[in-house]
Amino acid sequence: MTTATVTGKPDEPVVATRNYLTEEGVTLRSWLLTKDHKRIAILYTLSITFFFFVGGAAATLIRLNLVTPAGIFTPDIYNRLFTLHGIVMVWFFLIPSIPNTMGNFLIPLMIGAKDLAFPRLNLLSWYLYVGAGFLALFAILIGGVDTGWTFYTPFSSLYSNGYVVLALAAVFAVGFSSILTGLNFIVTIHRMRAPGMTWYRLPVFVWSNYATSVIMVLATPVLAITLMLVAVERLLRVGIFDPALGGDPLLFQHLFWFYSHPAVYIMILPGFGVISEIVPCFARKPLFGYKFVVWSSITIAIIGFFVWAHHMFVAGISLYAGLVFSLLSYVIAVPSAIKVFNWTATLHKGWISFDAPMLYALGFIGLFTIGGLTGLFVANLAFDVHVTDTYFVVAHFHYIMVGGMVSAYFGGLHYWWPKVTGRLYPEWWARIAALLIFFGFNLTFFPQFILGYLGMERRYYSYPPEFQVWNIFSSAGASVLAVGYALPFFYLGWSLFRGKRAGSNPWAATGLEWQTSSPPPAHNFDVTPTVTRPPYQYRPEPEPQDV
Amino acid sequence: MKAPPLPLLLTWAALLALLAATLGLAYVPMSGPMNVVVALGISVAKALLVLALFMKLFRASALTRAAAAAGLFWLAVLFALSGTDYLTRKVEHVGDLPAPTGREHQPGNR
Amino acid sequence: MSDAPVIPQPEPQYATAEQQADTASFGMWVFLATEVLFFGGMLLAYTWLRATYPEGVAEAGRHTKIVIGSVNTLVLLTSSFTMGWAVHAAEHGSRKALTQLLAVTALLGLLFLGLKGYEYHKEWTEHLVPGLNFHEDSVHAQTIELFYFLYFLLTGIHGIHVTIGIGLIAVMAVRARRGAFSSRYYTPVEVTGLYWHFVDIVWIFLYPLIYLAGRS
Repeated sequence: MTTATVTGKPDEPVVATRNYLTEEGVTLRSWLLTKDHKRIAILYTLSITFFFFVGGAAATLIRLNLVTPAGIFTPDIYNRLFTLHGIVMVWFFLIPSIPNTMGNFLIPLMIGAKDLAFPRLNLLSWYLYVGAGFLALFAILIGGVDTGWTFYTPFSSLYSNGYVVLALAAVFAVGFSSILTGLNFIVTIHRMRAPGMTWYRLPVFVWSNYATSVIMVLATPVLAITLMLVAVERLLRVGIFDPALGGDPLLFQHLFWFYSHPAVYIMILPGFGVISEIVPCFARKPLFGYKFVVWSSITIAIIGFFVWAHHMFVAGISLYAGLVFSLLSYVIAVPSAIKVFNWTATLHKGWISFDAPMLYALGFIGLFTIGGLTGLFVANLAFDVHVTDTYFVVAHFHYIMVGGMVSAYFGGLHYWWPKVTGRLYPEWWARIAALLIFFGFNLTFFPQFILGYLGMERRYYSYPPEFQVWNIFSSAGASVLAVGYALPFFYLGWSLFRGKRAGSNPWAATGLEWQTSSPPPAHNFDVTPTVTRPPYQYRPEPEPQDV
Repeated sequence: MKAPPLPLLLTWAALLALLAATLGLAYVPMSGPMNVVVALGISVAKALLVLALFMKLFRASALTRAAAAAGLFWLAVLFALSGTDYLTRKVEHVGDLPAPTGREHQPGNR
Repeated sequence: MSDAPVIPQPEPQYATAEQQADTASFGMWVFLATEVLFFGGMLLAYTWLRATYPEGVAEAGRHTKIVIGSVNTLVLLTSSFTMGWAVHAAEHGSRKALTQLLAVTALLGLLFLGLKGYEYHKEWTEHLVPGLNFHEDSVHAQTIELFYFLYFLLTGIHGIHVTIGIGLIAVMAVRARRGAFSSRYYTPVEVTGLYWHFVDIVWIFLYPLIYLAGRS
C-alpha cells in the first residue's frame, strides 16, 4: 500500500536550464524589480519565513514564561510578547502565507496563464508587505505594544503605554498588501483562464484562493479604516470609542471583528485548497464531491461575514444579537464539515501513499476537525460565558490555525517544492519532521483545552499553582514543535544544493502546473495549453496526461 | 470643441436640480427621521444617475455589475448585523451625568 | 482632431488588447468595491453617532459651512460631467477636446480642494478642531466634538482621494496631449473616469450627512 515518490523515469531528468530562476537575469535588481509572479512568490516566501520565526520566538518565550506559576517576565513584558506573537503570526505570516507564496506561484500555472492580471500591482503588494514589516519590527524593537493583537479600545486608544500608532500603521499597510493581492487574484481567475479552462475544471486550490480573495477585498478595508480611527483617536486624545465622551468601545469591536472574523477564513480557506490538491494525488483518486467542495468554500466565504459578534458575547452586546450570531456560527460549521466528509470519502478505497505532503494533509484533516468541533462549543452562548478569554479559546484557534493551516502550508511547501525549485527534498527527514510536528502540536495544545475548561485565563503572565502540570506538558510540546518546525529549514535548504533533480511531474499529479518543466520557464508555458478534461483524473496507475 | 453630448448635459442638469432640491428640502421641517430619509433618497438618485450615465454601469458586463453589487451588499451586511445589537440594546437612563471637566484623562484621575 | 492609430501592444500575459482593456476596467470596479467598504466603516460610525445623539448631531450640523459645502458639491458634480464628456471625446478620437476637458476636470478638483482648505481654516479659527483647539459652549459639546472628529476624518480621507484623482487626471491630460490615446485605445482615461466618478458619489452621500443635519 505504500509507495515511495513516483518519478517519471528511473534516470535523472534533464535539467530545464531555461527557467524563471535563470531567465531574465540573476542580479538582485532583476529580483527586486521583477514582474514575474513566480519570483514574487519566492520573495514572499523568504519574508514570511522570517516573520514566522519572529512570531515563533515570541511563542517560545511565552511558553517558557508559563512553565512556572509566577512566570519569569514582568506582566508588562509578557503583554508585549503575546501581542507581538498575535500581530506577527496573524498579519505577517498566516494571512499572506499560502496565497502570497503558493497562490502567487501556482494560480497562473494552474489556469494556464502567463502571469497574473496586474504583475506590477503584485510587486507593489510585496513592497507594502516589506514596508509594513519594517514598521512592525521597528515598533517591536523600540518597545512593542501591549494591547493584544485585537487593539481593544479605550485601552489602545487612550491608556496603553506601547507604540500603538506604529503598530497600527504597520497593520494598515500590510492590509493594503492583502487587498491588492486579493484584487489581482479575483481579476486573474475571472479573466485569464486558458481556452477550455471552465470554472468546473479549475483545481479546488484556485477556487479556494478565489474565495479567500473575495474576503480579503471586502473585509480588509473595514479593518484599515477602523485602525485609522483608533490611531487618530490616540493622537488627538479625542474620539468615538471613548466612553468618557459618550463614545462606544463596542463600536470598535463591531468594526474590528467585521474584518477579523472573516480574516480567520482568509487564513484557513487556502489551506482547504492545498489539502484538496494533496489528498487526491496521494490517494490516486479523484476528489470526491468536487462541486460540494467548491461551493462549500464559497459558502464559507460568504457566511463568514455574518458571524463576527461571537467574539463579543460577553462584551455587552444585546442578548438578541448574541442569539443571532450564535445561530449563524453553528450554520457555518456545516460547509466545513462537508469538506471533511469529502476528503475522507476521497481516501476511502484509495491507493494511499504516506509521503510527507500526505502526512501533513492527514494531520490537517484530524486537527482541523478537532478545532472545528470545539468551535461549536464556543459558539454556544452558555458555554462561551464560561470559557471566553480562557485557554479553551486559545486551544480552539491554535488547532485550526496551527494544526490546520500551518500543516497545510508545510504540506503544500513539500508538495510543490520540486516544481518551484526543480529539486526533490529528502523524504525520510520530511516524514520525521511531519511526525514531530504532529506529536509536538498535540502535546502543546491539547492540555490547553483542559486548562481553559478548568478556568485558566489567557493573556495572564501567571496562574494558580494547580494548573502547572498541564502547563509543563504544553511547554514541553512546544519544544518538540520547535524542533519539528526548524528541521525543514535545514533539509529544504540542503536540497536546494544537493537534492536530486526533479522531473516535471514527480508525483504523477494532474493539473496544468505539472505539465511544464520544474522549475517552470519564465513565461510558464511554451505553448498556451487547451484544457479538455475535468481535474483530478487519477487512476491507481498513473497515466500520461495530454496537454 | 463640439457641443457636449446631450445625455451627459441632461444628466448634469438633473444632478444640479437634485442638489437644489436636497438643499431646499433640508430647511423644511419634517416629522421624525424624514429629513435624513429624504436627503439620502435624493443622494441615491444622484448616485444612480452617475453610475448609469457617467460610469455606464448598466451597460457593463454582468461580472462588473456583480462587483458593484457586492460592495453594496456587504456594506448592508455591516449595517444590518451591527443593527441586531444596537437596535435591541436596553438603554437605562440613569439621569444626567456631571458635565465634563476636561480633566478626565489626567494621571491619577479615572 | 487627428486620430493617431496608437494601440500599444498588450502585455505578455494578455492574448488581445481587448482582453487587457476589459480586465483593467473590471479591476477598477473591484477596487471601487473595496472603497465602498473603506468609507462604509466610517459611515457606520456616523450612523451610530447620529442615532445615539440626534440633537447633538443636529446642533453640530448647523455649525457646518453650508455655502462652501454646497458650492463644493456643485463643483464636484460639474467635474463629473466634464470627466464624462472627456471620455466621450476620447471615444470619438478628439485629442484636443480630451486634453482640454481633462484639464478642466483637474482644475475643478483643485477648486474643490481649495474651498475645502479654506473651510478647514475657518473651522480652525472657530475652535472646531477636536483634540487640538476644540471649544464649544453647549450642553452638546461632547457630541459636537465627536461629530467634528468624524467630519475631519470623512472629508479628509475623501480629500486624499480627490488629490489622488487630480494627480491621475493630470497624468492622463499630459498623455492625451502627447497623443497616447485614440478612439481605439483610451482605457486609462476610462478607468481614471470610473475612479473620479466614484469619488464624486462618495461626496454625494457625505454632503447631506454633514451639511444638512439639523437644518430644519
